[in-house]
Amino acid sequence: MENAHIVNVESLVKHYPVGKGHFTALSDINLSFSTGEFAGVVGPSGSGKTTLLNIIGSLDGPTEGTATVLGKSVGQLSHKQAAKLRKTHMGFIFQTYNLLPVYTVYENVEFPLILLKQAPSERRKAVLDALEWVGLMDKIKSKPAQLSGGECQRVAIARAMVKRPELVLADEPTANLDAANSHHILKTMVKLNQELKTTFIFATHDDKVIKYLKRKITLEDGKVVNDETT
Amino acid sequence: MTAIKLALRNLIGAGLRTWLNVFVLALILILIIWHYGIIDGWNRMAIRDMINWEIGGGQIWTADYDPYDPFTLDDSHRVLSPSLNDEIEQGNMAPILVTQASIYPQGRIMSILLKGIDPDQQVSELPTDKLLGGDEDIPAIIGTGMARDSKLNTGDNITVRWRDVNGTFDAAEVTIVDVFKCDVPAVDNGQIWIPIEKLQEMTQMPGEATLLILDQDYTWTGDENGWVLRDHDYLLQEMREMIKVKKVGGSVFYIVLMLLAMLAVFDTQVLSIFRRQKEIGTYMAMGMTRGQVVRLFTVEGAMHSTLAAILGAIPGIPFLIWMGKVGFAMPAGSDSLGMAISETIYPVYSIGLIISVMLIVIVTTTIVSYLPSRKISKMNPTEAIKGKLQ
Repeated sequence: MENAHIVNVESLVKHYPVGKGHFTALSDINLSFSTGEFAGVVGPSGSGKTTLLNIIGSLDGPTEGTATVLGKSVGQLSHKQAAKLRKTHMGFIFQTYNLLPVYTVYENVEFPLILLKQAPSERRKAVLDALEWVGLMDKIKSKPAQLSGGECQRVAIARAMVKRPELVLADEPTANLDAANSHHILKTMVKLNQELKTTFIFATHDDKVIKYLKRKITLEDGKVVNDETT
Repeated sequence: MTAIKLALRNLIGAGLRTWLNVFVLALILILIIWHYGIIDGWNRMAIRDMINWEIGGGQIWTADYDPYDPFTLDDSHRVLSPSLNDEIEQGNMAPILVTQASIYPQGRIMSILLKGIDPDQQVSELPTDKLLGGDEDIPAIIGTGMARDSKLNTGDNITVRWRDVNGTFDAAEVTIVDVFKCDVPAVDNGQIWIPIEKLQEMTQMPGEATLLILDQDYTWTGDENGWVLRDHDYLLQEMREMIKVKKVGGSVFYIVLMLLAMLAVFDTQVLSIFRRQKEIGTYMAMGMTRGQVVRLFTVEGAMHSTLAAILGAIPGIPFLIWMGKVGFAMPAGSDSLGMAISETIYPVYSIGLIISVMLIVIVTTTIVSYLPSRKISKMNPTEAIKGKLQ
């Protein structure tokens, strides 16, 4: 596959029905992300960041235009095809971690590999590697309720990275973390981006995250108002 | 397999919530199997007692005899043919003569059936040997039910009034020589048993009988004019009808128990889907299809019953085996229900019973788990991820 664009968004529009009319969340978005990018969509609340991430993540579809991820137009995928795309090629990191509360740290990280039907020995190695990356080897048997916010987010990173996806989408990953924890997890993600060449796309309005981004796309009222690479 | 693995992990992780449901389901499984075991045991015991005490290997009736129509009794007697007498001599059958009579216990009139039976007979478990060798003019035995209703006891004398073959009334005193305990109302309630020769003499019906009870190991192939063979199918027909009715009654109990269990499972499933929206969204984000999530939740619910079957077996099997040995004591007064009930019923559990009850519980739990899980297929994953109620 060509190294150039892992994600290609063209003339993307997203409306949500409101009463008899509709609310425009995204308007004429044109963006491309290359493999290995460490990019972020920034902007105030309600600017359309999460909507854009959801469409790229094939959790939602565009109203108009196209969003092509790994060569597949997400708007034209069936539920099953979209699920397969997410399962095989994408990792998600959420603001509220979204860990499975009844699972241990190990089981949470192992979960995506079970969906991929990997052999137990392969799974074990991959999970331990992922937990090593995020420095949580000593919390393997803990449950999410026994972890701090920072530790939970590190588990979420390990879970997103364990299958070594081409693309990781992180929606406000530091919003619930203090500065020290935010820097810790961002450094972890930068390291993984460099070592594994995984593409990271953030949705954030947190300055601590923005400092780490190599490319910053600013959205306002559903429109791209700035796209700068440092 | 993935759904089973994940469901098991989720259930074990859910802790107390899971174990409460599993406990309720296990209890219900054991109760249903035990209840059916009691009914099966009761049925088998009732049929066995009927055969041992009343019908033996079948009966031969005079053609006019109808046990439910007292008017037929006047004509329901015939002289026993030489070939029938030979069979009686060989112990293959026992003759019984039946006539209507009245007794007057404590100054009140009570209609009864006076039955004559060969005191030497071995085909019925009736203790007819008690009718032998006493000094009494007319020795009689009665069952405990009759003794209770007539307030008669061993050693009591009671006046019996009857009509002979010519319609002439006569009366005599009989002496109760034994009160036997029997679970078959048809040989107990409203009946007095005396030696058949004595009754033949009293009714002026020498050498006659109303019916014959066959030995359980004997098959009668004869053809006697005026006599009709009544086999087990005929004689047990009414009992089997009663068993059917009893089973329907038992099913109500079973349905109520199942409804309670299913309510618990349904409630858990609805609550799960309501509370676990974020988790559902996360499953979808990680690549599970909606169908897979529905399957996962359905398997989770259905697994409650599988776990209940496994865990219920630990206390359930020893309990059911123990009950099978010591039996279940029936409450006082249950012998007045009009069918054979012993003081203790020994439950009988067949493999078919256990498997069918378990299958019904598992299939019902699966359906009840699936119904609320269908809501997941309509969920918007982007809203579910945030835990927003939909």
